[in-house]
Amino acid sequence: MANIGIIISLVIIFGGLLALLIRSVKSKEVDRRVIFLFIFVAVAAPILFPVTFSEKASPVVKAIFNKVESLPAGSKVLLSFDFDPAMAPEVQPMANAISRHCLYKGHKVIFMSLWATGQALLTQSLQDFILPGFPEKRNAVDWVNIGYKAGNEGVLNVIITDFRKMFPTDVNTVPLDSIKIFDDIKSCKDLDLVVSIGGGKPGPKEWILFVGDPGNVPIGVGTAAVVAPQLYPYYPAQVVGILGGVKGAAEYEYTLKETHSRFADMDTPGLRMMGPQTLAHVVIMSFIIIGNIIYIAGRRREKKRR
Amino acid sequence: MKRQIPLFITFFVGALLIFSVFIPPMESAGENFTLFFDIIAVFAFFLGGGNLLRVHITKLKRRKQDWPFSIVTIAGFAFMLTVGIFKIGNPGGIAASVTADGSWFQEVFNYVLTPLQSTMYALLAFFVASASYRAFRAKNREATILLIAAFIILLGRTPFGLMVTSWVPESLSVLQIPNLAIWIMNSPNLAGQRAIIIGIGLGVVSMSLRLILGVERTYLGDDSG
Amino acid sequence: MIIQKRNKITKVHWLLLLPLLICVSTPLVAAQSGTSANPFDTTLIVPDTAAVAAEPVTDLTVADHRYDHGEKLDLTWVPSADDPPVGGTVVGYRVYRIADGSEPVLVAELPPGTNHHTDEGTSADSSYVYFVTSVTTSAEYESARTEAIVPNVEWLNFDKKYLFLLALIVGGSVVIFIETARRGKKLFVRKIAGLEAVDDAVGRATEMGRPILFIPGILDMDDVQTLAGLTILGRISRVIADYDTRIFMPVSRSLVMTAGRETIKAAYQTAGRPDKYSDDMVTYVTDEQFGYVAAVDGIMVREKPATVFLLGAFFAESLILAETGNYIGAIQIAGTARPAQLPFFIAACDFTLIGEELFAASAYLSNEPKALGSLKGQDVGKAIAMAVIILGVVAVTIGEAWQVGIMNDLTDILRAIFSTM
Repeated sequence: MANIGIIISLVIIFGGLLALLIRSVKSKEVDRRVIFLFIFVAVAAPILFPVTFSEKASPVVKAIFNKVESLPAGSKVLLSFDFDPAMAPEVQPMANAISRHCLYKGHKVIFMSLWATGQALLTQSLQDFILPGFPEKRNAVDWVNIGYKAGNEGVLNVIITDFRKMFPTDVNTVPLDSIKIFDDIKSCKDLDLVVSIGGGKPGPKEWILFVGDPGNVPIGVGTAAVVAPQLYPYYPAQVVGILGGVKGAAEYEYTLKETHSRFADMDTPGLRMMGPQTLAHVVIMSFIIIGNIIYIAGRRREKKRR
Repeated sequence: MKRQIPLFITFFVGALLIFSVFIPPMESAGENFTLFFDIIAVFAFFLGGGNLLRVHITKLKRRKQDWPFSIVTIAGFAFMLTVGIFKIGNPGGIAASVTADGSWFQEVFNYVLTPLQSTMYALLAFFVASASYRAFRAKNREATILLIAAFIILLGRTPFGLMVTSWVPESLSVLQIPNLAIWIMNSPNLAGQRAIIIGIGLGVVSMSLRLILGVERTYLGDDSG
Repeated sequence: MIIQKRNKITKVHWLLLLPLLICVSTPLVAAQSGTSANPFDTTLIVPDTAAVAAEPVTDLTVADHRYDHGEKLDLTWVPSADDPPVGGTVVGYRVYRIADGSEPVLVAELPPGTNHHTDEGTSADSSYVYFVTSVTTSAEYESARTEAIVPNVEWLNFDKKYLFLLALIVGGSVVIFIETARRGKKLFVRKIAGLEAVDDAVGRATEMGRPILFIPGILDMDDVQTLAGLTILGRISRVIADYDTRIFMPVSRSLVMTAGRETIKAAYQTAGRPDKYSDDMVTYVTDEQFGYVAAVDGIMVREKPATVFLLGAFFAESLILAETGNYIGAIQIAGTARPAQLPFFIAACDFTLIGEELFAASAYLSNEPKALGSLKGQDVGKAIAMAVIILGVVAVTIGEAWQVGIMNDLTDILRAIFSTM
């Protein structure tokens, strides 16, 4: 059923593009609403009739995967969910994948957020996606959620020297001194890895500038595709790896599935979203070609008129 | 005096924060002033919120164009403010966290705000397509280079990129579309980004010095600057 | 009782420790204070002849940490002879601090192989003595204690001398050129297309009888891009007041609303039209990013401004705003210092101010010598950056390719200088 559905959708899309291509030779501009309609079909079809592709992890994604793999069990990893609901579809898959990976490897995971809206997403992620796969993991022993604190980079300026000054308790108001994970963590400098997932401010860049660089703490980042180019200057000296957008999430999920059989049946929203992304990219490229044909045909017509 | 005091405060705080980078006992000044600003901004919200209410109540009273939407704005504002402050519908009562699970505040966040935010963000997919269609035209040499680079990146971000160039031998693997896309991101793009970032950094220095020294005063409402 | 490794006790450890527990339990039960959830338990374990032995660390020294305000001390030592890479009995080290002759306090637990630690819990009005213990699976072996030390407060951080020098050069250049311009010297500034178009854009709105929309970004007054946007608003407002054109300025921060109102009001007063100013020109919408975008898009579609200025800090909403502005047929002048959003503005807007052009705009528009002088000073910084980049690239390339010693030395010098910034 899914195959038939996707085939019909592809026929509609490419048939329509062909018709527009033929029209473009007469340099007839395409109404933007037609473009919107094509994008709608290109995104909706793979969602309704799922299609997934295999992914090969790029070096920047492999680097962060290998870092998590290579850390010994019991390493202290902090995951910061620095995004809001608007960015969640793009970065939440990578956040969930890395969280699962860390818990599977036996790392002690500290969850937090620098965004007020991020805390709610973090709580939901933990309840609905991450912890159900690890019923054996115990709060305060294997993972802990210390929640959100206002102050943007001011928070980072404090936790680089003392966690407890900014986070005296976790989200359940349990003092950090009573939480086993924090027994030998005083500040961010005692962490083995920090992964910041987000794309706004505060976000990965602030973690690099205020924690990674001054505290010499390894930082991994996951961010929206549009923000990823800004972080390439920091790789590999100041960030261990970069997950950029849905593609980065898909590559990480695929590598996780291929490497560890436990995740063979894992839910992979990143891989699922590559279907719509791929088809949407193909449609955009087609419209770029159509636009250029219209432009060239129009220029020729102008020259002939003269 | 109305202009002198703000200018003095700007100069004093600006100079203090510059020197605090080099004076160890003052290193925490930056983070303290950041916290001060956050506190001030929170109080300033009363101004903004008050203005929002005033504009929409006026619109409602005078039955200006589209006044029914102002009812929605005022109702939403009042509802969230009341529910949040008095923890109405909060399972833990007034002492509980405002974002406690099952609270009306959290439910509205989860089922109204989150979908609305996602909807607005989703518009980008459509606008990227229409902007690309309009902007990526080979009008000159630079535009053609931009067009080719955009194509490679678009294709490289999909599995088709690998499929299309899988026949390229390993010795020339840099010409495979995904590798080419990574090279474009890591080399020309990185060089351009770094150049822009350096320029921005120097621009910020220049702008900040103008503000600290009082050369630039228009933001204070001083038109003589 | 059981010395915990830094991370956790595994089943293997339990099996290995069982026979040891039976052997050493009597004296150790007397000494131990119970399994503590907090391994920073200060009970020292008395070595027992049946315990696993290890040599203590040697050459333990303590020194003041450079350029702090007395809150750090640096410790170094030679690791225990029983701490080789493979097969040693040392499972870690513990660092103890004695402040002003009081009881020892455990300040750090470190993995084997460590030979240094920075204690960040000191203060400049106390004296400290340290010792380090080599920890085995059953006992700790104490090193010799250090001399007492009082941390110093350094008032200047000489590690940042190069940063200070660079700041002095760039900042000094800005000040010097401001002074030079003030004395009447004409300074050349290249044309910036977006800024040249401002007057025409405002004129277009006046002729068409449609308003101008000004968006100062979505960050607050603590961001320099917002300030840059507001300074440009000040310049534009003078023209708007002269032409008596309508302006809408929806903002997403309350402080920006206040500052925006002051800016426009001052412009109207200078133009001699204070009665034409209204507070409703600047309205607060919401702090929430996409709520703000939805409101601005609605204003664009309803009011159909002829000119849209997008000057400030933008994030994901940049393309939504720019495309909507394009759709209504407005002339758009955008500027931001966020590189990720520049491509969207370039694709959708008529003119884009890239990065530093946004900060130069107010100086450019005012044409005031003092402001223009600051642009020249900025150019000195750029010249330094270009020179260092070229020098560095040449040095690294020649040094790596032909192993020229002097080039490698130059590379190391440049790295040393810029790594401290």
